[in-house]
Amino acid sequence: MNGMALIIAAALVMGLGGLAVLLWAIGSGQYEDMDGAAARVLLDEDGSPPREGPADP
Amino acid sequence: MNLAAPADLSRFLSRKPDGSVTFDAMVRGARCAGCLAKIEKGVGGLPGVASARLNLSTGKLAVVGSADFRPETVLQRLHDLGYEGAPFEAGATLDEDAREGRFLLHCLVVAAFGTVFTMGLTDAVWYGGDMDAGLSQLFFWLAAAVSVPATLYSGQPFFFSAWKVLRQRRSNMDVPISLALVLSLGLSLWQTAHGGSHVYFDAAVMLSFLLLAGRYLDFQLRNKARGAARHLLAMQSILVRRQGAGGTLETVAAADLNPGDRITLASGERTPVDGVLEDRGTELDLSLVTGESVPVSRGAGAAISAGSIVTGAPVILRVTARVENSLVADLARLMEAGRQSKSLYVTLAERAARAYVPFVAVASLAVLAGWLWTGADFTRALTNAVAVLIITCPCALGLAVPAVQTAATGRLFRKGIFIKSGDALERLADIDRAVFDKTGTLTLGRPVLENRDEIAPQVLEQAARLARASHHPLARALASSAGAGDVARDVTEVPGSGLEAQDGGITLRLGNAAWCGVEDRGGASLWFRAGTLPAVRFLFRDQIRTESRQMLAALEARGVVTEMLTGDQPGPAAQIAADAGIALWRAAVDPKEKAAHLQALAGRGHHVLMVGDGINDAAAMALAHVSIAPGTAIDISQRAADMVLRADTLSPVVEALDVARKARRLVMQNFAVAGLYNIAAIPLAALGLVTPLMAAAAMASSSLLVTLNALRLAPWRAS
Repeated sequence: MNGMALIIAAALVMGLGGLAVLLWAIGSGQYEDMDGAAARVLLDEDGSPPREGPADP
Repeated sequence: MNLAAPADLSRFLSRKPDGSVTFDAMVRGARCAGCLAKIEKGVGGLPGVASARLNLSTGKLAVVGSADFRPETVLQRLHDLGYEGAPFEAGATLDEDAREGRFLLHCLVVAAFGTVFTMGLTDAVWYGGDMDAGLSQLFFWLAAAVSVPATLYSGQPFFFSAWKVLRQRRSNMDVPISLALVLSLGLSLWQTAHGGSHVYFDAAVMLSFLLLAGRYLDFQLRNKARGAARHLLAMQSILVRRQGAGGTLETVAAADLNPGDRITLASGERTPVDGVLEDRGTELDLSLVTGESVPVSRGAGAAISAGSIVTGAPVILRVTARVENSLVADLARLMEAGRQSKSLYVTLAERAARAYVPFVAVASLAVLAGWLWTGADFTRALTNAVAVLIITCPCALGLAVPAVQTAATGRLFRKGIFIKSGDALERLADIDRAVFDKTGTLTLGRPVLENRDEIAPQVLEQAARLARASHHPLARALASSAGAGDVARDVTEVPGSGLEAQDGGITLRLGNAAWCGVEDRGGASLWFRAGTLPAVRFLFRDQIRTESRQMLAALEARGVVTEMLTGDQPGPAAQIAADAGIALWRAAVDPKEKAAHLQALAGRGHHVLMVGDGINDAAAMALAHVSIAPGTAIDISQRAADMVLRADTLSPVVEALDVARKARRLVMQNFAVAGLYNIAAIPLAALGLVTPLMAAAAMASSSLLVTLNALRLAPWRAS
């Protein structure tokens, strides 16, 4: 019974922790530009586009 | 819009307490990582700019600068980089949309957390087998502790919406949803307190989660559509140069012009208002106003309509009507009327909801009454009534439409089609007729050299060397036909007449017939004369797009009757109709007649798709059942259209129709899945045979089925 209480408490804490992180991420606007996030991962460190990227419009 | 002119953009700036300023601009044309890097680096490197960040989803560029930052440099840099940019007033609506999106996402993740946690607890009880009563009771209380706050928090969108309509003594889908959420929680608490096992904690919070998923997808779709419309609106804040007292030029917004003002229009500029040519005549491109494919000459004192583009000499225009009273505004009012008729369109989801709400209410009340009548106690009767309410709750129904539409719009976006209103796809699936504009839609909308074969290559090259120095549309057509090459030195341009240059003592002239001293033989033509040699005539004609014929045939093959309406003269119209293989066509149709024709077709019960690009098409497009504008279309047409093609090609029209029809088929299948599940589940629930576990499993599986079915349209499955 003691083990059970520990497991439930741990699960609750971990779950709430994950929820808090997610809510913080939403609040800081990380979900507002999904297309941009998909594109930014392709950029090199100095901010220049990948060499074999799509042609300019 | 003349970006070079210094304009007062200070009203678009907002100042922060720490002394920095922010400036937002809408950027058109940025779509890839390359654009993103180019724009952020280009703008970020401007003097006075601290940071520039582009949102690729909305096209909004947020610039933070120091106090001496000049916003017009940003627009100029965007222009130099090859993108169209417009200052953007960060109105309250944008923030409100962002807030609504964040709130829905908050609710969604809270519901997701609640669902996982509550299921872990309640399912443990049901699978636990020999779990002792005390432990299962504890698990139920723990489930209650998590699911009650999670459901009440995440259910807010439904509660508020239900409360709003109930106060107006109406009803919507959110009323039975709210009732189901609250009643199932209340019933479960009561059951737990009295040692019962009919607890619906997990069902309640899962219901909230699945419905929110549908709600969030729907919000994203509407937000994207609204963003597209807002984008076009921002692009419309046209700036013009007005002659002030003492001959100085000032840049003002077109909306601030008054009758009597004088504005200067350079070659290539479009007039935003109606006016009269003040000092001299010029050549005008009226293709956006009337659909005429060839530039026309107008003398001093001639009245010209908003939307005309100056192609000849720069002129001074005396304004005769404010923007809101100009031809464009006239058509905008017609468009508004069309939009209002369109808002009466009832979407499939709304139709489903209208049938659903009374059905659920009647079913639940009937079960309650039935059990009471057979002598069951109130708790038993209420438990079964709530079971019916939960099991009929439309999670699959709520996902059926948004899931399909999200998949379909994503797929069309990759194919170069931008959808501006959420229900446009549904309306597109209905069409049985398609009306096309000619100039700029079925045709390229620009002159192409027609008699190239008759002209000696060296003469063409000589003429092209002059033509490359000019921005006149015919000269540009000549230059593009000849390809890249040298430009003649010291070319002088006499606006309204032609070009002249000296080459080894010989005078070369390229221009109209009078300029080269020959008799005008009509048609869109340029003459070229080298010294005293006989003048050579270059004949130009608007040309049909290479894909038009195939696209029209594909539409006919899908049972859509195609038709062409043009403001151009019957001669060129007949030629294009023959080239395109279009049997039904009318020429010399003015904008109001176009609109009337569309109304007449609708009156005969046709569902018409209108594809057009000009001012003269805008009203007809707004009146059509659904409308598409090519990417080269004028702003007002893009505003009137439900969909805008990104690339300069018409082929995606067929793809859009196919996807729209497939989407409708998938929505219908989804409705069938949701309906079948209800038909099977309601008798069981009414008889009290449904356990909370069954309710949760059925709810999750039908939602999963509906979502997977929608994914058959997913972008990555596109060929």
